[in-house]
Amino acid sequence: MKTFLIVDDSRVIRIVARKILQELDFEIAEAEDGSDALQAVQRQMPDAILLDWNMPVMNGIDFLRALRKLPGGDAPRVLFCTTENDMDHIRMAMEEGANEYIMKPFDSEIMVAKLSQVGLL
Amino acid sequence: MAAASTQPTPVASLLHDLQQKDGGSVCVEDISVVVEGIMESLRRDLSTADRKVFVEIEGLANFIASTKRDIAALRPDEVKDDFLPAATDELDAIVAATADATHKIMDSAEAVEGVAATADKETAVILTDAANQIYEACSFQDITGQRITKVVNALKEIEARVDSLIAAFGDEIAEIKAQEAANPKKTDAVDGNNSDATLLNGPQLEGEGNSQDEIDKLFD
Repeated sequence: MKTFLIVDDSRVIRIVARKILQELDFEIAEAEDGSDALQAVQRQMPDAILLDWNMPVMNGIDFLRALRKLPGGDAPRVLFCTTENDMDHIRMAMEEGANEYIMKPFDSEIMVAKLSQVGLL
Repeated sequence: MAAASTQPTPVASLLHDLQQKDGGSVCVEDISVVVEGIMESLRRDLSTADRKVFVEIEGLANFIASTKRDIAALRPDEVKDDFLPAATDELDAIVAATADATHKIMDSAEAVEGVAATADKETAVILTDAANQIYEACSFQDITGQRITKVVNALKEIEARVDSLIAAFGDEIAEIKAQEAANPKKTDAVDGNNSDATLLNGPQLEGEGNSQDEIDKLFD
């Protein structure tokens, strides 16, 4: 079973994503911000990460930079999942190593399409 | 004569002082002082052309003074002290209320999923699909929360600018306040024309206004 880390400060988004991803047979871990997520990946590197941008303590892009520097940190597929939809944000995410970019709000159909594009389904 | 020509004029001196002050930024009060200075020097020797300039500058000074009074009459202090904080509180209350409602909806959807686990296969599929749709629809709360946060930030920016306005027009605002205190406006109640708009304050924020219990006591 592939592992998925959901990183979002919104409990609602974490629950929605967890429900969708569990249906797709992923094992789920959750983190409330980038710092929390960094500790989680150091304990166990997941196969994929669903990552919010705006979060307290450590935002998504800072987490992604830190992740990619860790040993084995280049392995997880990272899907940004955010309301930040301008080209600057998208370009920055891609340059820092994001594999996909999902606009909020999302549903199971969009999630399935994006996971297929990055080879997770 | 020669001594007089080397002596800086009062206006030149004022301008020099202004240039030295506050890193080059000039407040409206200081501009008024300079204009007054120019008018004073013009009064000493007025040709026809000078008089025309004098009248124009006097008109300009009057316009500045009138604009200052108009802006002060808008009561930017009320905007900063009352309206903006009230608007921010209302928006915060919206975020809290929608978050609370969303969590309750999601808890209910989880209860529906629990029932699905005990139902026959066909019913279970229907219930699970319905619960999943409820979960997905609930993600609106995250989006509205973020949008409202942007509005709150915009209000904070407005507050900072209104603050600058208050700093620039402090004396005029104090004057208007004193006038209002001396001559309070007639309220609708005084006029005997009580409109609903003056009475309505709802919905109340958490902890404010009367609770249902307090209202019920009035009917006991």
